[in-house]
Amino acid sequence: MRDVAVIGVGMLRFGELWEKSLRDLCVEASLAAIRDAGVERIDSLVVGCMASGLFTEQEHLSNLLADSLGMGPVPATRVECACASGGVALRSGLMEVASGMSEIVLVVGAEKMTDVSGEACTATLATAADQEYEAFCGATFPGLSAMIARAYMEKFGATSAQLAAVAVKNHANGALNPLAQYQSKITVEEVLKSIMVADPLHVLDCSPVSDGAAACILCPLERAAKLSRKAPVRISGVGFATDSIALYRRPELTRLPAIELSAQRAFKMAGRKPSDIQVAELHDAFTIMEICALEEVGIVERGQGAQAAPAGRTALNGPIPVNTSGGLKSKGHPVGATGVAQAHEIVLQLRGEAGPRQVKGARIGLTQNMGGTGGSSVVHIFEA
Amino acid sequence: MITARVWRERRQRYLNEAARCKGCGRIHFPPRQVCDACRGSDFEAVRLAETGKVLSWSIIRVPPPAFAQEAPYAVAVLEMDDGARMMAQVADVAPEEMRTGMRVRLEFRKIRQYGRTGIIAYGHKAVPVA
Ligand SMILES: [Zn+2]
Repeated sequence: MRDVAVIGVGMLRFGELWEKSLRDLCVEASLAAIRDAGVERIDSLVVGCMASGLFTEQEHLSNLLADSLGMGPVPATRVECACASGGVALRSGLMEVASGMSEIVLVVGAEKMTDVSGEACTATLATAADQEYEAFCGATFPGLSAMIARAYMEKFGATSAQLAAVAVKNHANGALNPLAQYQSKITVEEVLKSIMVADPLHVLDCSPVSDGAAACILCPLERAAKLSRKAPVRISGVGFATDSIALYRRPELTRLPAIELSAQRAFKMAGRKPSDIQVAELHDAFTIMEICALEEVGIVERGQGAQAAPAGRTALNGPIPVNTSGGLKSKGHPVGATGVAQAHEIVLQLRGEAGPRQVKGARIGLTQNMGGTGGSSVVHIFEA
Repeated sequence: MITARVWRERRQRYLNEAARCKGCGRIHFPPRQVCDACRGSDFEAVRLAETGKVLSWSIIRVPPPAFAQEAPYAVAVLEMDDGARMMAQVADVAPEEMRTGMRVRLEFRKIRQYGRTGIIAYGHKAVPVA
């Protein structure tokens, strides 16, 4: 396998983008990444999107994007893996380049969520769960995460205020990110006073409904210097793992084994260990998910996840900054875009281009992107 | 075809039919074609135990459209007395009465109605054991 580098990234500010269609989102992010890399052509594209059919009645998104970019005859593939669609699209693009099948690959993640009502959006997100045996009885996506949160809080004595501290930290980071949907700080009190969506999760424990897209350009590392003036960021490891789609079938409700396994696989491929990571983007679709992911990836010890944010361990100036972009919580979570947007942040950090939220001297970063309530997880490791 | 979709699950939804793996003895709900514990594919149909306990739960306050009239309602991960797991609504209970570890019994109830077709899906909800 060839070593693969990211030579360009692009993203537009996430939010409720009424004036932009799914097509507009995909094209804008793609053009930004192509400009950033400074390449003239691409050989193939992969787009990750969870539910363009349900959200916008548009399937065949890969073809739509190739056409709209004027990239005509290139092969174009759509990847779907619920909220991990973007991360899995990145892995697919990586495999195309690593295998020698393609030279320059455009990877895009996108989702247009605000063309449907809030209720329809809730129902669409629930399709990431087991439709006939979870969604059937009225379980929602926040509801399933809430059941993990309750099990975790009861087992480890974690509190709602500790969960809220994750949201507070990520909003503080998002306030420094011009591409974040919410660029405002919040307090623990505000989180605890916000309305309950699915007990024990408040609305401010949840990532928002967002429109958005992010993109990156991959090429063989050995050709990076010739193809682009940008400092290449190598993807040194990738790991992907699955688990039962239904939460109720997991032996231990406080564990997300797919995250652990995906991280172990990525660390093994990269020849790295958790303590080597200097900056990480974790899938904080809900505050509890950042806590669980910290433990599963191995950044903190088991049962210690809830104490990390209140103690400042994962803060921007802490020993291991997590979700410097603002995370899904504050940057926004257009579901299919998220995995690629996480890569966008880590690439900026490793290039030293993250501005006021720059982690000084960061050379090794990690992204973790999850589908469903832990049914799928994909981890990438990046090195400058 | 929503009618077929509701009808084909009738044995699980109406009778709580589960599958016991002849290889390892594990009881799966719903029935599966491959056992994820031992990879066996030889099963016998069994009925789920009617009583069990709540392992974790939430109160859904922002529901999908099909459940708009019911919110807030409780949904829980249940462990039945035969060791099988399932997810179900917990009915006849106020949100503040929900507890982890609570004993419940399955009762046949209306679950939801499907869109314009008006097809009513029945199944089982859990209720607290007095
Ligand atoms: Zn078995």
